[in-house]
Amino acid sequence: MIQLFCMPDGVRHAHAGTQDIINIGGFASRIDSRSGWRARDDGKSMAQTNVISDTLAGLGRMAIDPVQELGRAAIFFFRGLVHLFSFPLQADKIVDQVYFIGMKSVFVICLTGAFTGMVLGLQGYYTLVKFGSEGLLGAAVALSLIREMGPVLTAIMVVARAGSAMAAEIGIMRISEQIDALETMDINPIRFLFSPRLGAALIAFPFLTAIFDVVGIFGGYVTGSLLLGINPGLYFSRVESSVLMEDINGGFIKAFCFAAIVATICCYQGYTTHMRKEGFGAKGVSLSTTSAVVISCVLILVADYVLTSFLL
Amino acid sequence: MGEPLIQFNQVCKRFGDNVVLDGVDLSIFKGQVTTIIGKSGIGKSVLLKHIIGLLEPDAGEILFEGRPLSAMTKAERRALKMKFSYMFQGTALFDSMTVYDNVALPLKENRRVAFNEIKGRVGDKLAQLDLIGIEDKYPSQLSGGMKKRVAMARALVTEPRIVLFDEPTTGLDPIRKNAAHRMISEYQQAFGFTGVMVSHEIPDVFHISQRIAMLDGGRILFQGSPEEIQSSEEPAIRHFIRGEVPEGEEYNGLHD
Repeated sequence: MIQLFCMPDGVRHAHAGTQDIINIGGFASRIDSRSGWRARDDGKSMAQTNVISDTLAGLGRMAIDPVQELGRAAIFFFRGLVHLFSFPLQADKIVDQVYFIGMKSVFVICLTGAFTGMVLGLQGYYTLVKFGSEGLLGAAVALSLIREMGPVLTAIMVVARAGSAMAAEIGIMRISEQIDALETMDINPIRFLFSPRLGAALIAFPFLTAIFDVVGIFGGYVTGSLLLGINPGLYFSRVESSVLMEDINGGFIKAFCFAAIVATICCYQGYTTHMRKEGFGAKGVSLSTTSAVVISCVLILVADYVLTSFLL
Repeated sequence: MGEPLIQFNQVCKRFGDNVVLDGVDLSIFKGQVTTIIGKSGIGKSVLLKHIIGLLEPDAGEILFEGRPLSAMTKAERRALKMKFSYMFQGTALFDSMTVYDNVALPLKENRRVAFNEIKGRVGDKLAQLDLIGIEDKYPSQLSGGMKKRVAMARALVTEPRIVLFDEPTTGLDPIRKNAAHRMISEYQQAFGFTGVMVSHEIPDVFHISQRIAMLDGGRILFQGSPEEIQSSEEPAIRHFIRGEVPEGEEYNGLHD
């Protein structure tokens, strides 16, 4: 129970707050949100106190809620990670999810990778040609793809394709009591639903990122060499000479982190659909899916900045 | 009758302002079918969910073989859960899995059962519940009654010691309803499981239950044998089990 500040003397608060109990596995916490004060006879001063205290309580809640959510999501992630390696291993489920998250995303990744590389080639050429250094196009395209665009755009595309599906599927399982049913069968829902998806994302993201990078580099070749006439040998030699193993490793580290973020946020949003205050049932699932996509995309870009600043 | 298997001691539960259970005292004895009756929305399912730990009481305690659930370690709780099985009111079937996979899941996941044995046991249960030929269908392709039977097959396939049924026969036709009741009764005699059932099927449940509890106003108004409840003079109980309208109220909209 979180009590934000001391109640003034003589103020009786109405017990109108709803009590939510969240139980992620064995972790139970209670939030008691007090949302009403009972007005006394001296109505006016009471009403003023109410306005001030409600505002303060609202501010406090705004500060505490995100921290609390972050903590819950972190616990959710660690439980999922632990159960990824708990016996018996769920290899068949992980393979299924690799197919769903990875294999089924290959086409869309190739498509976005190709056009990203092509547009980089186009923009890069017209910028570099001003300085007479269009020969460096290969280096510009390859480095920006491998270090930045590859991991970020791959992650965002997978959020749109697979992340939203994860949130919706788990959300529907939550509202139709299927997750409760798992618990009654002594099947750990986090292990059963989240761990295989987390494992599959950690496997699939680096591969998808690699595909994106390679297809993007060829996209840059299409615009730079085939359309705008840079010597293909020069283009590829610049790619080869400028890209270091550190760049590739940095891209993969990002891909791993984004995989963990995407799988955790999307599954967590679906898993906690029943706790949403704004909407229940189908509407709750739609809100969960929306927030899964939005939060994942924002966190991908935030994490990208943080990781880049460490990796550089 | 000895010590109760499951005992509720002054269990209270509220959701916000809504007090659902207000000091429930209930004893469930081993090897018996206990049926909880009461008006719709009075909290029967909530009571059932407390037994399996899906809900935790706000106050009071639930004892299993004399030991409070809240004092059990995680391992003990898991061991206990393996003995239970729960049939949900809304069936809670996994809608992206076939009927076969739904019924086989509790065997596949936790209990180290061989593939062929799973196949045999699932096949047996589906046959007993008249569900042969729909193994490859998905729950959304089934009628409401069929879903209920699949849910029952899933609840019984692990041969649990304690089965909690939440309205197992609501929505079934009279023939299938009798078959389901007969099955519960036969199974109970064959395997000696302890059953706790929430049901509105009065008077049918009097024939298959050894014990009846009536929940009203957040408390257990009555608990005892079916004969005792049928001879009870308490007006609320009499009205309920006979489906009578309390004095001072009238039927509306019925044929003469």
